[in-house]
Amino acid sequence: MDIIVCIKQVPDTTDVRINPDTNTLVRDGVASIINPFDMYAIEEGLRLKERFGGKVTVITMGPPQSEAALREALSLGVDQAVLLSDRAFAGSDTLATSYALAAGIKKIGVYDVIICGKQAIDGDTAQVGPGISVWLDIPQVTFVKKIEETKQEKGKNIFRLERMVEEGYEVIEVPLPCLITVVKEINEPRMPSLKGMMRSKKAEIIKWTAENINADEKNIGLDGSPTQVVRIFTPSPRKGGQILHGEPDEVADKLAEFLKENIN
Amino acid sequence: MGLEIIQDKCVGCRLCLKSCPYDALEMVNSIAVVKDNCILCGACVDSCKFEAIILRKHEDLSVSEDAFEDVWVFAEQKKGVIQSVTYELLGEGKKLAQKRRQNLAAVLLGDKIKKEAKKLIERGADKVYVVESPALKDYQAQIYSNVLTKLVRDYKPEIVLTGATSIGRSLIPRVAVELKTGLTADCTGLDIDEEKGMLLQTRPAFGGNIMATIICPHRRPQMATVRHKVMKEAEVDTKYKGQIIEINPKDFSLNSDTRLIDMVEELEETVNLTEADIIVSGGRGVGSGDNFKIIEELAKSMGAAVGASRAAVDSGFKPYSHQVGQTGKTVCPKVYFACGISGQIQHLVGMQSSDIIVAINKDPDAPIFKVATYGIVGDLFKVIPALIKRFQKK
Repeated sequence: MDIIVCIKQVPDTTDVRINPDTNTLVRDGVASIINPFDMYAIEEGLRLKERFGGKVTVITMGPPQSEAALREALSLGVDQAVLLSDRAFAGSDTLATSYALAAGIKKIGVYDVIICGKQAIDGDTAQVGPGISVWLDIPQVTFVKKIEETKQEKGKNIFRLERMVEEGYEVIEVPLPCLITVVKEINEPRMPSLKGMMRSKKAEIIKWTAENINADEKNIGLDGSPTQVVRIFTPSPRKGGQILHGEPDEVADKLAEFLKENIN
Repeated sequence: MGLEIIQDKCVGCRLCLKSCPYDALEMVNSIAVVKDNCILCGACVDSCKFEAIILRKHEDLSVSEDAFEDVWVFAEQKKGVIQSVTYELLGEGKKLAQKRRQNLAAVLLGDKIKKEAKKLIERGADKVYVVESPALKDYQAQIYSNVLTKLVRDYKPEIVLTGATSIGRSLIPRVAVELKTGLTADCTGLDIDEEKGMLLQTRPAFGGNIMATIICPHRRPQMATVRHKVMKEAEVDTKYKGQIIEINPKDFSLNSDTRLIDMVEELEETVNLTEADIIVSGGRGVGSGDNFKIIEELAKSMGAAVGASRAAVDSGFKPYSHQVGQTGKTVCPKVYFACGISGQIQHLVGMQSSDIIVAINKDPDAPIFKVATYGIVGDLFKVIPALIKRFQKK
């Protein structure tokens, strides 16, 4: 089974703070991590390989330093890592990003399953995964919490999956090749092994430019991105209110009173 | 390409360096220089007081804007019942349509669903496009996106809104890519730029630590998913007049590679988190799965839903479907009770847009008190029983 996992390097959101004097983001010494949801995607890729054999390839689009995220994925045991990096990709929104990743995946060539994290924690869009499936014209299942079983039907491999929704979950059957996005519940990501860490240091990373993946320049970077950010601002931070004092019963009375006043 | 620093204007004040969320600017000889990791987000352009930074804009309009008209709302239905997020979209969509002097329309897909169209008109829809087919009974990504994509191509709305729900967020990115147009996720504010007539889409990023306003200047329609429970529902007006436009399902490709086998509901106690007006959440301070009963009782006394912090889920007190926060659900109820939750940023990003936050914690220095509307410093096992007693009485 050929598995491709799409990942993104993101700033560790916990470190994004606002300087109260300048009202701007403090970015000094902010760590970069693999998007947490993508860690579950990598783990699920590795587990599929352990079940069915095959190969796990991890792919990302980003500036040269995204290589660190790929090396971390290699240390966990993925077989191959691809970095799409080119100034021409800069300014890509979700449409252009899904196009570039789909073009990179086409260049990789063979795949049975493409796995993405549910969303990235910096942008929180959850749009790139479904976008890739449209560019590649393969079925998608979002928010997968379990790959239940696999079977063969009319010569096709089929996955039976559980897809998390607001009320519970849907059971869905999807033929391969397909794209899935995964939620946290699907697994418990492993830690890198010592051997994996050694290997990841030496492993060669495949680096492709826009030209290498035959990307149409109209579809990438700023020109391929219909959306534009016109303003970035910090929301006024939520202020703490009042502390209620007293014995539990008194506090309960006070709270009930306040809630009654403030809820319509 | 992209970002340009005008050297004559740059005074080396470093404001842009501070504004950059990606650490992609540096000072060389007291002049700002763009590094390779710049993603052209444009944050620095606004920060510069000297107009020394220019972001190269797109080429001219690739479509004629005039050909596109009306504000569309995707009417989400489950088991034939229109979901409340749809009424929120109609309320917000109406304001946008009025500012654009256009009609508000809803798209309703389902099996034997036409009878529900009246409810959309009562909430202000001037038109309802209805497609009925057994194949449209339940949401399926491929079929729904085929139908919606074709409808948009045929009728050319200027704006398309869906809820930022598990359906909306899976469906609409497909439609946006099919149409090669822009899509903004999980908006919490929408408005019209009166001068240019464009949709201003405001959304949180970095878990709500920063807000971004996004436009889609050169392609149509402008599409957005909207966070549930942020916008007010449209009021019911039974006298409102609208038109129902039925479209033959044979006009669409209704094939799906995926097959929906079953829908398993897991509403073990009270109500669905994302729909709840009140949520009672417990954290590590609750101590054990057994102790969580007290959280559930408090929830029950108010008809609330039960949430949990990541720490509580990871310790096995509650299943993941209850998790609120960065790697769980984002909620914005009217009242959020945080019991024994310290208030790490990963939790706060999932609940800080709640109207009222009540925090109960032993530790007076817990960060949760910095965001709480009402804080109670004390032992939750003493405070909560008093609350239950009080709320049951009400």
